[in-house]
Formats: sequence, structure tokens, C-alpha cells
Amino acid sequence: MEKAFKGRVVLAGNIKGEAVVTHQGLNILAAFQKSALKKSKRVICADQNNTELFNKDLTNKIICLPQTIGSTTGGMVLQAVSQLGIGPAAMLFSQHIDSLAAAGIILTHVWNGKNIITIDQLGEDFLQTVKSGQAVEVLEDGTVIVY
Amino acid sequence: MFQYKMTLTNDEIDKLDGKYGLTLQKAMKTVVLYGEAFGAKRLVPINGGIHLVTSFGIPMLTPVFDIMNELIENGLLPEHPFTVDPRPLDYENVKCNILQKLVFGIMYGKQKEYEEQLKKVGLKDNNSFTCTCYLPEVGNIPKKGDILSWAESSAVVFANSVLGARTNRNSGVIELLCGVIGKVPEFGLITDEGRKAKWLIKLKTSKLPNPQILGSAIGIKVVEDVPYIEGLSEFLGEEINDSVINYLKDMGAASASNGAIGLYHVENITPEARDFGKALLAESYKTYVIDDEELKKVQASYPVMWKNSNAIAKRCFIGCPQLSLSQIYWWLEEIEKNLKLTGKKKVVINTILCAAPDIIEKFKKDEKAFNRLNATGVKLSYICPLMYMNNPLCSKQPVITNSNKLRTYTTARFYTDDVILEKIVKA
Repeated sequence: MEKAFKGRVVLAGNIKGEAVVTHQGLNILAAFQKSALKKSKRVICADQNNTELFNKDLTNKIICLPQTIGSTTGGMVLQAVSQLGIGPAAMLFSQHIDSLAAAGIILTHVWNGKNIITIDQLGEDFLQTVKSGQAVEVLEDGTVIVY
Repeated sequence: MFQYKMTLTNDEIDKLDGKYGLTLQKAMKTVVLYGEAFGAKRLVPINGGIHLVTSFGIPMLTPVFDIMNELIENGLLPEHPFTVDPRPLDYENVKCNILQKLVFGIMYGKQKEYEEQLKKVGLKDNNSFTCTCYLPEVGNIPKKGDILSWAESSAVVFANSVLGARTNRNSGVIELLCGVIGKVPEFGLITDEGRKAKWLIKLKTSKLPNPQILGSAIGIKVVEDVPYIEGLSEFLGEEINDSVINYLKDMGAASASNGAIGLYHVENITPEARDFGKALLAESYKTYVIDDEELKKVQASYPVMWKNSNAIAKRCFIGCPQLSLSQIYWWLEEIEKNLKLTGKKKVVINTILCAAPDIIEKFKKDEKAFNRLNATGVKLSYICPLMYMNNPLCSKQPVITNSNKLRTYTTARFYTDDVILEKIVKA
């Protein structure tokens, strides 16, 4: 049964896709760098501390997470992987967006004219509801529907 | 012009309007949007030099090089000279085979070009490549209360916590764009409210914990919140001296990489905790008790990333974040002592001590000590071990480290200092 959640729009847009879910902080540098350095067309999460997403395929997925953590290269790594066409399709944060993810999304938007649709403050219930592999739809007013 | 809620000065509005050109308009738009995401009400001026995290010319970072070029072409430079993270390569002291070198050549193919860009944008000098820019030998040292635009998680947490300066955990590029504008959005760790502790950490261990594991435990638990640590001064004392600074530097780096901590307060030690004590605790703070068992559990949770977990280490990196001068001397003494116990003259695992170029220069001036270090077979390098380990051929090697940060981002295996010492002299 579908369930809708409402969050704050960080970068608006409409998209439907497959969710990958973590309840832990995701380290963007650790998660993406291996695939980016290999110029791979698929992203296999290499963040060894994130037991839920480690070795999981993140390619073109909608990442559902509390926040990103770790190295302050995070924002520009996000910008770079988006430019390479292997960035996340969308990012859905249960908590307030963190400074690294915000930087990556804004840099990508302003300097590269690309949008990583982003909603934050979706709440803990959202992360408890959504499961990896489920379809998720994001609407431009910040509504997120989990199917 | 896009809709913004922040209160901006006329000059800031002109920049946002594009009256000073497209590049400054984009820089201003980035900084304003960044601030708006966190509810900043205004921009505030920064004091002193920025510190950049991007020190490496990885070709995949094309967007960063493009932004740098735009800034240079338009003469948009930060007001003060700045420092940047360590260089990724040091072939003289960290030897590589031909294949590894070949891969490095591709990986950091834009290194020379990028370093030229850094110089043009205002790098302090050729020695300014370090993650410990705040150490006296390097000299990018903010004062208590200074507003900064820094990146590099370990430097940010040190500046905020130990020096009492104020910077958010800025991402790469954002720190530079704020430097160009000369202002940062006022939110988070810039504000008094954002510096309040949401966690009380009660330290109940039987002895002084390893800073790398303590920092890791706190980082994993509190993620990006501010912790107030009670009980550490019982072991460290209340005076800020070299060994306390070294401890806090390493604990902070582990907390920032295993979590996302940008500021911690240590009761009776760090400047704001000295001034305000437990009044720094936010309303309805949470409590986390750390005892010996908890630290054991945290350390046991680290995955071993080696293909063969019983392999003998080929290389050992010590110093991520880079070592202070007193830490180099400490390692020299301990390595010599342990070699003496085994009757060996040189270490049996290729061991690299990492430190800032300015600190290496100073250590080398003490010829006696430098010769003693050379006699042990240990190398001193300005390299960023993390950038070295990014080479897939290097990451396949069994590498050991005393750094929880290096463990987090690479396949390097973490050991405490005493185990490292045992391994590098006995294998």
C-alpha cells in the first residue's frame, strides 16, 4: 500500500525510481570514489562503514538516508560524479540535509546546470517505511510517495 | 534573480544581480543558496586564510578545475593567502613499482596543472600542502572567535574545538567560493546556538583511551552533533600542552571521519568548555557512556578489508592527520626502543611517518635526530596516505596504520600504536 510523506524542498523536481535505503550516515567520498576513479558506468557503494549499502549498486537510484558524513571532499565528489552521469537520481533525507550534501547539490545546480532532486526533513517514519528496491516517487512540492 | 530569504547588503545584492560579472554572480548564488539551505539570515565576514581540502589533480574533478579557471580568468581571488591539504605523491620517500606509478600518472594526471591553479588563486607558498595547517610551523592559525571558511574535516574540528575559532564543515569548493566573497553564511557552528552540545559523553574507562578509538566511538554515535566530553581531563589534565594537542588532534580526526563531528567540547580543557562548562549542553541532551567494553566493541566492529586477513603487512602509514613535530620525536624514540628490544637495526615493514613540509624541514634541521630516524629505515614524507591508497594497485597491498581516518576511507588495517610498534619491528 502506498504511503506519502512531506518534506522540505532543497532542489525541486519530479522523479520516480528505485530506492536504496540506509539508516546510517553515508560517506560520499568512500561510497563513490572507487567507481568514479575507475570511470565505471555503475556505482557499487564502497563505504565499508555503511553495512547496509556496502557493495550495493547505487547506479541511478534514489538514495534514502539520514545524512551524509565523512570527508569534506563530499560535496565536490557529488558534483563530479553527477557530471560523470553516475550521481544519484535523487536524495531523500529523513533529517535536515548536512553541509556536504548541500554543497554538492548546489554546486551541481549552479555551476553545471544539473539537478539532483533533493528533499530533506522527511522524518524517521519515512526511513522506517521505505525499503531498498521499492519504487519511490518524488513530487516538486516535496511530497514523497513510497509504493 | 532567484528568490532569497536572507538579508543581504546592497553590495551583495549587486553581486547576486550579476553587476560584477557572471562568475562572481555564480559564486554568490552558490554561497547564498548554501546558507539558505541552513536557514542563515545573513552573510558574515571571515578573518584570516581559508584552508582548502582539494590538493589533488584527479581528472574526474573537471568541475573543480573549471571553477578554478573561471576564478583566475576573472581575477576573483581570496583576500588572504591560503593553505591546502597534502600532496598525493612523494616518489622519493614512498616508493612505488612501475605499474603503480603508471596508475598514479593517470589518477593524478592533472596534478601539475592544478598546483599551478592553486598558486594563481593565492596559495601561501610551496610548503602549504598539509592537513595540519594550524600547527605553529605552518602558521595558518586562527584565533579564538575568528570566523573561518575551512574544509578538511580534521582541520575544521581542530579549529573549532581546540582553538575556539568558528567554521562550518564546508565542502571542497564552497570554502574557496566563500573565501572569494570574503564572507560565510551565518549558521551552524558559526553561531552560539549551533555550538551547543546535544550529547553528554561520560567517559568511564579505566585508563586514557586510545584517541583514535575514542574519537571513532563518539563519531559513530553522535554523527554530526556536538558532543560535550566529561571525564577526559582526569587523564589528560587541564593544561593545554603538546601531548594534549596531539591527543585532541587525533581524537577529533577520528570523530570527524567516523561520523561528521565539526566541534567537540572537552570539560576543563577546550576553550569554550573552560568558559562555560556544562552550560554548553543543549536542552534535552542525550547521554552516551563510554567504558572499556564499549571501546572494545567499537574496535571489534572494524571490518578487515584485506583479501588475506593473515597477510603480512607490506607498508605502514603513521600520521593521518599528519604528525606534529613532537609526535615525530615520540615515534623516533619508541621505534628505537622497540628495535633495541628485538636486536634489529631497521624496521621490517616499510614505514612512513607523514608530516607537513614545514615540520619535516624543521625536523631535518635537527641533523642528529634525522640521522637516527634514517638509521631505523623509517621514511618521513609530506604525502597524503589516503590519496596514495586510492590507487587500486596500492589498496590491494596489505597496509597497516594507526589512523582511524585512513582505515575508514581505505583498505588499510587499523592497529593501536603499541601493536604498530610491535609489527614494524617484528613483522
